[in-house]
Amino acid sequence: MSDTLLNVEKLNIFFKSDKNPEPIHAVRDLSFSLKQGEMLGVVGESGSGKSITNLALMGILGDSAIIKADKCTFNNRDLLTIKESEWQKVRGGEISMIFQDPMTALNPFLTIEFQLVETILAHINCSKKEAHERAIDLLAQVGITSPKDRLKAYPFELSGGMAQRVMIAMAISTGPKLLIADEPTTALDVTIQKQILTLIKSLQEKNNMSVILVTHDLGVVSEFSERIQVMYAGEIVESGNTSDLISHHSHPYTYGLLSSRPGAIERIPKSMLPSIPGIVPAFHERPIGCQFNPRCPNVQSDCKTGAIAFSNGLRCLHPVTDKKL
Amino acid sequence: MKIFFNELYFELKKNRGAMIGIVIIFLSVIIALSAPLIAPHNPTEVFADALRLPPSFIEGGNAKFFFGTDDIGRDLLSRLIYGSRISLAVGFSVVVIALITGTFLGVVAGFYGGIIDRVIMRFTDLIMSLPSILFAIVIVAVLGPGIMNAIFAVAVVSVPNFIRIIRAQVMAEKNRQYVSAAKLFGASNFRIMFVEILPNCMAPLIVQASLGFSDGILNVAALGFLGLGAQAPMSEWGTMLSDARSFIESSPWMVTLPGVCILVTVLSFNLLGDGLRDALDPRLKKQN
Amino acid sequence: MNEILKVSNLDKVYDIKKMFKPTLKLKALSDVNFHVGKKETLGIVGESGCGKSTLAKVLTKLEAKTSGNISLLGKDFDAFNASEFHSAIQMVFQDPYQSLNPRKKAFDIIADPLVINTQKSEADRKELVFSMMKKVGLREEFAKRYPHHFSGGQRQRLGIARSLMLHPQILILDEPVSALDVSIQAQVLNLLLELQQELSLAYLFISHDLSVIQHMSDRIMVMYLGRVVEYGTRDQIFNNPLHPYTKILLESAPSTNREKLEESITVKGELPSALNLPKGCAFEPRCPYASESCKHSVPALEIKQGREVACFEAHA
Repeated sequence: MSDTLLNVEKLNIFFKSDKNPEPIHAVRDLSFSLKQGEMLGVVGESGSGKSITNLALMGILGDSAIIKADKCTFNNRDLLTIKESEWQKVRGGEISMIFQDPMTALNPFLTIEFQLVETILAHINCSKKEAHERAIDLLAQVGITSPKDRLKAYPFELSGGMAQRVMIAMAISTGPKLLIADEPTTALDVTIQKQILTLIKSLQEKNNMSVILVTHDLGVVSEFSERIQVMYAGEIVESGNTSDLISHHSHPYTYGLLSSRPGAIERIPKSMLPSIPGIVPAFHERPIGCQFNPRCPNVQSDCKTGAIAFSNGLRCLHPVTDKKL
Repeated sequence: MKIFFNELYFELKKNRGAMIGIVIIFLSVIIALSAPLIAPHNPTEVFADALRLPPSFIEGGNAKFFFGTDDIGRDLLSRLIYGSRISLAVGFSVVVIALITGTFLGVVAGFYGGIIDRVIMRFTDLIMSLPSILFAIVIVAVLGPGIMNAIFAVAVVSVPNFIRIIRAQVMAEKNRQYVSAAKLFGASNFRIMFVEILPNCMAPLIVQASLGFSDGILNVAALGFLGLGAQAPMSEWGTMLSDARSFIESSPWMVTLPGVCILVTVLSFNLLGDGLRDALDPRLKKQN
Repeated sequence: MNEILKVSNLDKVYDIKKMFKPTLKLKALSDVNFHVGKKETLGIVGESGCGKSTLAKVLTKLEAKTSGNISLLGKDFDAFNASEFHSAIQMVFQDPYQSLNPRKKAFDIIADPLVINTQKSEADRKELVFSMMKKVGLREEFAKRYPHHFSGGQRQRLGIARSLMLHPQILILDEPVSALDVSIQAQVLNLLLELQQELSLAYLFISHDLSVIQHMSDRIMVMYLGRVVEYGTRDQIFNNPLHPYTKILLESAPSTNREKLEESITVKGELPSALNLPKGCAFEPRCPYASESCKHSVPALEIKQGREVACFEAHA
């Protein structure tokens, strides 16, 4: 398939730690692929491994991480074997990333102009003047009014939404094939969140760019991405097309997530919400077998023995059949 | 608190310097406590027939005096052993005095802010505007020489360090939500300052206490060297150094040995302090 | 007496002093009026900077009000002595990681309100703390643990337990679940609902999450830049919002069960600075329905279709 941009098979990420002799198994047998121009929504709670996976794709996990995979190709290039010099071209050039808190991702001591022009010059062969023009053009593209004046601003002069727009401008400045957005709107207000997500969506369509949108909010991904992948405790538990997954999900975790959202269905106000008992297991306390088994209402003895295979977009032996949603 | 120390020990174990520091400090405390048992002679006893004897392992030495004797025939080893008592006691009292006053003033300044803060901070600026040893000399010159006055003077000059560190920490902590929560239950300002906030400022305080220990020892030794600290028969390392300086060419061991003692003690406290800083500093911790 | 808290004409102005510059007035709250009854939940919605956190601070006396009247349990706010006041109104904080003292054990955190405000014996305190822990779903053996041993949801339970120790009549919930994982939020919301029934509590539920507000509230107050823009019952606000800002808020909230809207209103721009408010309606610069009159005067709250709205253009 020529239009597959990113293909990951059986990605495993471990972390060495001081306190434990055994490395911590943070991400387990992660397989997914992404087509050119597609938006994939990744949903998961803290500790689900969604951010770690992104950092691995950007090649910026620290030395304490051990990455193993059967296959990890991006744009027909094997990310597992490429050299650091090539990584630098891929990172920021072909894969860009935006983060949850734009304020900490921008250097507070440098103007927007400096940071934006620097990024452009690092990846594109052009003169300083051209880079400057391009910077203005980019700011206009991300919907910043009077981009010329804004170029001279320092990050603290911008509001959160504005700073996130600048981050997006920086991320798309090199014409990346893949944009990883890690909780891009969690720190923002709802009305601004909508603006930013709409912007990302329009850029995706206009530039035929692929996007991985990571969030903890099922509502966000279901409105914007074509496919959804639900992660829990370092594994993909369910994946599929957005509309299918929202209406025909069968993993108890997805079911629990959807049904416990107060606004998911019409309910009697102030009635008890169906909730998932327990908490996400910590890295060193993960159960044997299905990761969700201690919290699952459908748990049976075979859930607690071996690893559960991922097939047909589902990692579950006893999926939810009786849906009340 | 117990977990806090367990965790601290776990972090410290990885730091070789800090462990060396701890071992040396532990040894010197044992030596100081058991001085009467292990010292071969009385530190003030004069052996008129054995003036300025070199250490026993050098030619001309006497097995009776392991590190030799000084210019009026006192046993150097015994004097050094007893000197460790004084140095540790001095370091300890300096730190205790400076810690208590510094913590109190720092917490008050950081918590209340405004005019109280300004008064306290200008006072610390005043002390810090002179080199600390110079200011200590001024105080001792006014109060008169003596070990007690020297301790007081050195404690006064090390108070500002404590004030500044605690104040900065309190200013950061007082805006945390748990402080608001405590206010919501009608906790008094005193309770908020010393029961809620202070325990969260322990980390830099412990580091500063350890470093203050070595500063205290060094400064009191310096005052002793200038003749402003411990007086005549008392075997204090700084005073010993000063008494011996006219014999630096003929009997170098008389100068070297107390100097080495000061160096090792101060160094071990500094090693411990640096180790504690690495172990407790949350900014460094996050990277791991 | 059914009315627990009544706030009228509440203003809060911060003076911003800068050297060599005239003192600036920041109006964090202007002319806020509302009341909360027994067993009732008033939801307060708005984006950052709308004054909802300032409101919480003023109501708990963490900040002094500038003007206006607040009456609590039918008694004037200022007539309370400290201990009475803290036993009447309490607050649960947003961030359970920041609001618990990391150097205190769970037991001491919960017992503190009793230690400060009552003369109960140690045995009594122990009994009260353990029964409260049970009530909020914490096991007795947790009492000896420090906050960092707890998960986010358990920490929030601790915070709730602490706030209930003095048996307040009204609880201010400042974004109580927004720092928690999605799968934990429902647990904590359920706990809050149970406690409200059991203890007949009034809640002031502050949140930016509309789905949570919708589920938890009886009445809702929408705020924008320190002013109330719409104030009505849950059904009025959610089924038939009148103020453009309310409409846009509802529109922007991400949801899983919505038909993809091709045509949707989005707001232009961002919140103006509270130091430099527009002369007219504060929402006018972003409002898709703004007309000329909106630029010149501030719309007052008027009763339209049974709820209060502050908008000239709201008739539909």
